[in-house]
Amino acid sequence: MNVTTKMLMLVAALALAACNNPRGGGGADGWDDGGAGGFGPGGAGGISSGALGDPNDPNSVAHFQQRIGDRVFFETDASTLTDTARQTLAGQARWLTANPQYAIMIEGHADERGTREYNVALGARRANAVVQYLVSQGVQSNRMRTVSYGKERPVEACPETRCWNLNRRAVTVVSTGLSG
Amino acid sequence: MSAITPPVPHSRARLAPLVLAVLTLVAASFAALAANAQSGPLRIEITEGVIEPMPFAVPSFVAENSGGGQYAEQLSRVVAANLTNTGLFREIPASAHISRITSFDAPVQYADWRAINAQALITGAVSVQGNRMSVKFRLFDIVSGRQMGDGLQFQGSTDAWRRMGHKVSDAVYSRITGEGGYFDSRVVFVAESGPRENRVKRLAVMDQDGFNVEYLSDGRALVIAPRFSQQGDRILYTSYEGGTPRIFLMELASMRRQVVGDQPGTMTFAPRFSPDGSSMIYSLSVGGTTDLYRLNLSNGQRIQLTNAPSIATAPSFSPDGRQVVFESDRSGTSQLYVMPANGGEARRISFGQGRYGTPVWSPRGDLIAFTKSHQGRFHIGVMRTDGSEERLLTASFLDEGPTWAPNGRVIMFTRETAGGDPALWSVDVSGRNLRRIPTPGPASDPAWSPLRP
Repeated sequence: MNVTTKMLMLVAALALAACNNPRGGGGADGWDDGGAGGFGPGGAGGISSGALGDPNDPNSVAHFQQRIGDRVFFETDASTLTDTARQTLAGQARWLTANPQYAIMIEGHADERGTREYNVALGARRANAVVQYLVSQGVQSNRMRTVSYGKERPVEACPETRCWNLNRRAVTVVSTGLSG
Repeated sequence: MSAITPPVPHSRARLAPLVLAVLTLVAASFAALAANAQSGPLRIEITEGVIEPMPFAVPSFVAENSGGGQYAEQLSRVVAANLTNTGLFREIPASAHISRITSFDAPVQYADWRAINAQALITGAVSVQGNRMSVKFRLFDIVSGRQMGDGLQFQGSTDAWRRMGHKVSDAVYSRITGEGGYFDSRVVFVAESGPRENRVKRLAVMDQDGFNVEYLSDGRALVIAPRFSQQGDRILYTSYEGGTPRIFLMELASMRRQVVGDQPGTMTFAPRFSPDGSSMIYSLSVGGTTDLYRLNLSNGQRIQLTNAPSIATAPSFSPDGRQVVFESDRSGTSQLYVMPANGGEARRISFGQGRYGTPVWSPRGDLIAFTKSHQGRFHIGVMRTDGSEERLLTASFLDEGPTWAPNGRVIMFTRETAGGDPALWSVDVSGRNLRRIPTPGPASDPAWSPLRP
C-alpha cells in the first residue's frame, strides 16, 4: 500500500470518527469521561476501503493520484503556488469538477525546519492557497475541507533538503460519501 | 538512580498534601541564624554563574524506626541527585566521609567535614507509621561551623516518598541560593514512538527528574504541545482526535476532558492558560489566516485579540496576566511581539537576524525565552521583556519549545539531532549545565508545572 492510499484511508477514518463524535465532547456539561479517561475514541475502528481503480481510467482515484498528481510542493516558509503547482491544480480541478461525487480534504504540511505551532499555521495557509486556486478553477468551495498537520506527518524523514522539499506540500485527498 | 524503585506500588491516586512543620530543635544561636538567612559564606549566586560547584555531603538519612529503614538511603540519594543535577553543587561521596551520622540530634563534627572539604552538610531522618511517613532534615554550613536555618519536617504518604526528598532538596537549594526551588514539580510532555512518517504521540506527565511517568492518552489520536495551568490541576493540549486540530482541557485528578474554543470550519491550537486559570489564549486558523483569541473558560465568552492577514501563534501571558507575548510573521518573517492581554497594539521586540518563535514569559517576569532559527541552526535563547539583552543558550540541529522551571532559573526544551529522535533537555538561564532529562523513549513538547503545594 502506498503512502497516498494510507493517507486516503486515514482521512476516511478520521472523517468517520468526526461524524460519530459531534463537536463539543460528551455529556451535557461538555465533559467527556472518555472511557478510561483521556483514552478517547480514535479512528482504528472506522477504516473503510475504497476502490482506487485503474490509473488508465481517467475517472479513477488512481488516475487522480498518479497521473494528475494529488500534491503540490512549496518553497521554504512559503505558501505561494509555483507554476508547476498551478498546472497540477488545474488538472485536479478538471478531474474534481468531472467527478462531483467526491468530497475533498486538502492537507497542508510543513517540513521539520520550523517550530511546531508555526508549522501548523503554515500548513493551514498552504492548504488554503490550494483551496483558493481550486475555487478559481471552478471547484465548489463547499466540497472542500482543510486540515493542517504542520510537521507532524512527513512523507520522508531524512534530515536533508531533498526530504524537506517533499514534506513541504499540500495533498488533495478525495473520498466518497464522507463530506461530513 | 535507576536501581531505586519505590518499595510501595505507585498509586494513581492524588497525593495527600505534604504537611510542613518547623521543628524547634535548636533553640540556641538565633542571632547566628538570622545573620545566615541574609548572608554568610554558604551562598551561591546563580546569576553570576558558578565556575566551581559547591561541595556538599548528604549521608544516608537516619531511620528512626524500622519502617523508615527502606527509605533512609533512598531519600538522601534523591536530594543528592537533585542538587548535583543543578550543576551548582558537587557531592562528596559517602566513601570519603569520616563522621557517620547515626543520630539526627547528635552534634555535628565540623572538623571531620572540613577535613574532606565539604562546605554544606545535609542530615535527615525518616520514620514510618502505617502508610504515613515523616521526614526531617537540617542544613549545616561547615565553613562557618553552624546550622543554617531551622530544621524542617515534612509529613505525607509513603507513596509520595520521592516528593519528601524533593521538598528537602527545594529547602536546601532555596537557603543556599536565595532562589525558589523547583524540584517538587512535574512536567507534562509528549511521549513518541513508531516511525516518523506515522508517529504515535501520547500525553504523559512525570516528575521533573523523569520519575513516576504516567500516560494521559493512549496514542490513537495525534497530540501536541500540552500546557500546565498555574494551579497545576489542569492541562490544555491540541489533539487531532476528530480529524482536525482542536484544543482539549483535561482535569488531571479525574482525567476528564472537554473540547474548548472549538468552532466548526476552523483549526484551533497553541493554547495557554491565563495565570489565574480562568481563561485561555490560543490560535484559530480560518481561510489560511491564524489569529489569537482569548476564551473565558467558565462562561465561554470569546474575544479576538489580533486581526491581521498573517500568522499569529504561540502566545504566552506575562505572570501578572496583563500582557501577552506571541510570534507573528506580519513583518515577513516570524518575530516576537508583546501586546495587552485583551488585545490592542502589538509592539515588536525581536530584531536580531533569523526567525523567532515560541516565546514564553518567565514566571519571575524578567525574561522571555524563545526559539530562534538562523542559518540552519536552532537555538533556545532569552531576552528581556523589551527585547534587549538577547542571549542564546543553546545551538543544535533543532532545539525548540522552551518551558520555565517554577523558579525561572532553568529552561527545559525539545532537542532533535539530525536523523535522531527528539528528547527533553534542560539548561540553566546562564547557558550552563546543559543536560538530558531521562524519559522512557523519544519525547517532545515539555511544559513545567508550578511548584507543588
